[in-house]
Amino acid sequence: MPELDFEAPFAEGLKRLTELRAYRGDPGKEREAAILKAQLDKDRREVYANLTSWQRTLVARHGNRPYTLDYIGALLTDFMEVKGDRRFADDPAIICGFGMFSGRPVCVIGHQKGRDTKAKIHRNFGMPKPEGYRKAMRVMRMAEKFGRPIITFVDTPGAYPGLDAEERGQAEAIAFNLREMAKLTVPVIVTVVGEGGSGGALAIAVGNRVNMLENSVYSVITPEGCASILWRDAAKAPEAAKAMKVAAPDMKALGLIDDIIEEPPGGAHSDHDATFDSVRKVLARQLGELSGKSVKELLDERYDKFRAMGRLGQDLVVS
Amino acid sequence: MAWFKREDQKLPVGEQVNRVPEGLWIKCTGCREIIYRKDVLQNASVCPKCAFHFRITARERLELLFDGPYEEFDRELASADPLKFRDTKAYASRLKDGQEKTGGKDALVSASGKLDNRDVLICAMEYGFIGGSMGVVVGEKITRATERAMSTRAPLIVVSCSGGARMMEGALSLMQMAKISSALARLDDAKIPFISVLTDPTTGGVTASFAMLGDLNIAEPGALIGFAGPRVIEQTIRQKLPEGFQRSEFLLTHGMIDAVVDRREMKASIARSLRLFLN
Repeated sequence: MPELDFEAPFAEGLKRLTELRAYRGDPGKEREAAILKAQLDKDRREVYANLTSWQRTLVARHGNRPYTLDYIGALLTDFMEVKGDRRFADDPAIICGFGMFSGRPVCVIGHQKGRDTKAKIHRNFGMPKPEGYRKAMRVMRMAEKFGRPIITFVDTPGAYPGLDAEERGQAEAIAFNLREMAKLTVPVIVTVVGEGGSGGALAIAVGNRVNMLENSVYSVITPEGCASILWRDAAKAPEAAKAMKVAAPDMKALGLIDDIIEEPPGGAHSDHDATFDSVRKVLARQLGELSGKSVKELLDERYDKFRAMGRLGQDLVVS
Repeated sequence: MAWFKREDQKLPVGEQVNRVPEGLWIKCTGCREIIYRKDVLQNASVCPKCAFHFRITARERLELLFDGPYEEFDRELASADPLKFRDTKAYASRLKDGQEKTGGKDALVSASGKLDNRDVLICAMEYGFIGGSMGVVVGEKITRATERAMSTRAPLIVVSCSGGARMMEGALSLMQMAKISSALARLDDAKIPFISVLTDPTTGGVTASFAMLGDLNIAEPGALIGFAGPRVIEQTIRQKLPEGFQRSEFLLTHGMIDAVVDRREMKASIARSLRLFLN
């Protein structure tokens, strides 16, 4: 896993913290650990608050960040995965299923990346093929049938750009989901937990609420892709990330997302449990807000939300 | 010193080559035959010898499809450069270049008029404006056209010609895919026909949203249509792509489009489908 260079200054402190924690029950050591942790948290929060767009992209791609199955494991009980698009295949790059969230039955859809080489290949690096999107739509319709709210976790570099995906209609699969998600009669809550990679992300991201984790990114094309087209040099990715405004605060300022979910001081990868807690809180609140709404309200509000993206006077002008 | 000096005029690949070249006599990009330019122009910019379809402007497209005069909408909508984007060149100056080159404010012309004596709304994309890319203006204009189709119950026709979402407007461009598709969802529920015409090239976020959502998806012959561009795919799979991959005829055999229709037959074909759906 590539080291994030801005984390290097904390390596020693974190190592010392681990050592101190080995002395459980020693009041002196415990006090020292508490002080050290407070200092580390403060320093890391400061560093993380000032990350560049490119650094955030690297954090969003961090191999230890929680993935969809991690969220499912932590936030849901009684999870039942459902598989296959009933047309061609099952796509392991998208997880679909049902489970109990805080005592309430929900449907969950999410991109899934792998941690080790074998899993990465199995999950195709989180890049779905058409069958993945078609499975997602099949399951979303099932959620609608049984009146279950839909929670999606977005984390993909993009839809798979391969020969077979093109043959089976990658574009059509994404387009179809965009249109059909607009029609869903149940609440849809979207959370970008890592990479929100273009159309491949959006195809499960047309929701009543769209959240981004603090260090996640959302973009129209990968910074590398943008750089190689506009700068003719993929190495200019950091510039492209900055220019495209991929970070959560930028997305919020542009009016494209609702909530930014706070991550622990060292990023989601440094403390999974704290991340699950903040995601759980936001999802519970939003489910509460949406559960009382009529079908018409859900549809109209979802429509109006996306309809307003590209505001007159700010993003476009009458000249 | 040489007597003759050749001015090297490099044409941007994939842009001017596909348009009808200047000159009295031109060489067809398809068959390499020398043809009289006027013959091509009078033939809907299709080569009379090999039927190669030269790329045409949005306005030429509207003239080919409407019976006569048409009313243009939202002509004055322009991008505010929301990200103040700059790569090797400022987006603001790319916009200005596009406006000077095409005479329009952005990469799409939206209009209403008669097609086969029926009121229709037609949006045509302008490739000459930053590769026909879709930013906020294109998204807004198609969405407004869709809403107009809802209120007047006139069929909607969108002619795509685009490299995809416009990077210089970042995620705002991406969200136009969802915005347009949401509007098309309502049009779909209202049982108003939407016909998508795909021309060379139609790729990326345009294909992955409205261009694939027609009740009928009709393509011109030989058009490049796909999600990822051929170069990206070759880099991913590290092998050469087969001949004809991602061309209209390929999409037809793979079930993604309903028909491949010659530009000279396009109007009649759309008119017939609307008759069969609505009369």
